[in-house]
Amino acid sequence: MSSLVTSNWYDIRDLSNISRDILEGLANVLPHGVVYVLAPVLGFIATFILVVLPSQLIVGVYGERKIIGRVQSRFGPNRVGPFGLVQPIADSIKLMQKEALTPKYADRAIMWLAPIIFVAPCVMLFAVIPFGPRMILANIPVALLYFVAVSSMPVLAAFMAGWSANNKYSLFGAIRIISMAVSYEVPLVLGLLGIVLFTQTLSLQDMVEWQRHYHIWLIAAEPVAFVLYFIGVGVELNRTPTDIAEAESEIVAGYLTEYSGMKWGLFYGMDIGYALAAAAFGSTVFLGGWSMFGLDHWVPPWMIIIGKTHLFYFLFIWTRGTLPRLRIDQLMSFAWKFMLPVALFNLLVIATERMIWVQNDLADGIVYVFAAVNIVLALAALVFWSRFLGYRPENTPKKPRMVREAGGYVPLPTGKETR
Amino acid sequence: MSSGGIKTEPFILNIGPQHPSTHGVFRVKATVDGERVIDAEMVMGYLHRSMEKLAEERTYTQNIPFTDRTDYLSSMSNNLGYCLAVERLAGVDVPARGNAIRVIMAEFQRLSSHSMAIGTFVNDTGAWQTPVMWSLREREYILDLFEMTSGARLTCNYMRIGGVSFDLPKEFEPAARKVLARLKPYLDEMEGMLTENEIFIVRTRNVGVLPQELAINSSASGPMLRGSGVPWDIRKAEPYCGYEKYDFEIPIGYQGDSFDRFLVRLEEMRQSVKIIEQALDGLPGGPHSTQVPLAIRPPKGEVYGRVESPRGELGYYLVSDEGPSPYRFHIRPPALINLSALRAMTVGGTIADAIVVLGSIDIVLGEVDR
Repeated sequence: MSSLVTSNWYDIRDLSNISRDILEGLANVLPHGVVYVLAPVLGFIATFILVVLPSQLIVGVYGERKIIGRVQSRFGPNRVGPFGLVQPIADSIKLMQKEALTPKYADRAIMWLAPIIFVAPCVMLFAVIPFGPRMILANIPVALLYFVAVSSMPVLAAFMAGWSANNKYSLFGAIRIISMAVSYEVPLVLGLLGIVLFTQTLSLQDMVEWQRHYHIWLIAAEPVAFVLYFIGVGVELNRTPTDIAEAESEIVAGYLTEYSGMKWGLFYGMDIGYALAAAAFGSTVFLGGWSMFGLDHWVPPWMIIIGKTHLFYFLFIWTRGTLPRLRIDQLMSFAWKFMLPVALFNLLVIATERMIWVQNDLADGIVYVFAAVNIVLALAALVFWSRFLGYRPENTPKKPRMVREAGGYVPLPTGKETR
Repeated sequence: MSSGGIKTEPFILNIGPQHPSTHGVFRVKATVDGERVIDAEMVMGYLHRSMEKLAEERTYTQNIPFTDRTDYLSSMSNNLGYCLAVERLAGVDVPARGNAIRVIMAEFQRLSSHSMAIGTFVNDTGAWQTPVMWSLREREYILDLFEMTSGARLTCNYMRIGGVSFDLPKEFEPAARKVLARLKPYLDEMEGMLTENEIFIVRTRNVGVLPQELAINSSASGPMLRGSGVPWDIRKAEPYCGYEKYDFEIPIGYQGDSFDRFLVRLEEMRQSVKIIEQALDGLPGGPHSTQVPLAIRPPKGEVYGRVESPRGELGYYLVSDEGPSPYRFHIRPPALINLSALRAMTVGGTIADAIVVLGSIDIVLGEVDR
């Protein structure tokens, strides 16, 4: 691994140095074994300061509310603390003080279990995200599969929440989230499969190394996979425009309708956690992870990946502030009629390119040719397939007809103008 | 949605009276089969305040504030409709300046009401609060104008029998022109954000189709009727307050779906801007009101006065027995009558469609239940 990173404690480009030195120092001073108790505590504090505080609280809660506020031409939180920065803490104190109601006819045990099951996988997801050349908790060789598998566990918790509340709106939310997750997992994984074919690895650390080696991000090499990932993960995370399982204007709050207090707060907080995990995964796979075209020699890589994660998260905030919501049947048909064929086409193209690359033993520069071809093919596939499915935006009249006199019928126009 | 060997049965889903998208206390007892609505029964009356009976106990002038509170999003139009009916009953003439001020106020009210209608409608399609915040922002400036002239923002109580209660203040005209100048970019913004938005189009196009025949038979009015392609507007068909002098057009839709109703509302706002500009340009001098006795006693008879309120044909039916208060006071609420076609528009669609249709009707529950 060609990296300038040294093992000196003052080299903050790799934070494991300083933690190792601290723990070794403590082990020498303290009685035998105490350091094993202290290590998780220190790890928890470090994680809170480095990840939870800036990402979950400041970007996830405060930043989202502030940016949505600016989109909607209002101020957002600005009362609690300087610039309203303490708002997330005030919110969580309020949530803890609230009573966590359980309806009379709800299934109490499952309703209690659901938030707990919802929280655990979120923490597990971050284990495989590489924060630097050596900063990775578990560099397992099947990290991508692990991520996909673990990230579909909260759907189960959401279904438990919706089913146990014994409320019709909750039931709708539960049914919707199951069908959405089942439908969108397919194109999402097919898109990621193309990445695996190209990079010849399932390990996230190796993918970052691949992108460093070829000096190209996989978003350029495989734009279709990125689009599929962004849409698919938006559906699974219930983010607008696909927040159908919690559609507040239709089914009140979906599977969260009967939750209150900190039980609801866990769902809310972990929703942000999952979105951040998805953003971290997306920026690792598609945006080069902790590498930044040589900049990672000088800027700490963990800062780069956290910054990219926040930028990716901004995309979620942006779409949330702008777009209306799709209907459940439209979402389903979009997955099966549009995304699945495009994903299969993408896989075919990638597999062919990989075959050409391997059989002819081409030079590294061929990646850029493939990237250009893939971008053109992606645009062509998106446009052609949507037109093939009958998408004709120019046929929708965008202006009403104008008349000057009241009274009488105006016959409906026939043919092209109506759809 | 039953298929294969799975036995399914429909169940009843209560949408409302406490639900984020019923715009008040309105209840739809929807029988659903999976996501599909197979029957919808409307339950209303949660906000009934017995206004028509109360009005029989008060004098004609005292009834004006009541009309504010029926349709609380368009108090000016409600005042205007009631005052027109009383004036017709009592034979009171309104001076030219009074008429022009009334037109300005009614059209500003239409702008504020339509921007609210579009905002909440788009909110129902799921755009997370952004369009409704933009709409409320523009509405605030119009409400500031109302505050400047009448002292109140929501329930203005501005029109009087024989004219309006106060003349326009000196600073009104520049302020109004400033608001109009702001409104045009706002309308372009909404158009760019929504009529070009593919998700918005698929959510509203061919959803809640109200065919021309049904629109006429259910006596729908306003943007509902015009969205179905029927060119009917009281301002053109039976001009009042000198609407015949102003140059404006009626927008009509194509097939009567929710998207058409949205397009009609958006274009009507542009036409309202045009009308207000003309009215401001040609604002006549003279008195703003005719002096009438406070306890007016119109001669025996009955009258039906109607205006084009933002929601449609708003009518007031009054019967006088020469007493100081009306013998019978009846309101024809456009929202209630537009709502009556809800079942025909929602059955067959999904729950999400039903919410969009309800939003596109633009109901105000204060007016539906009175």
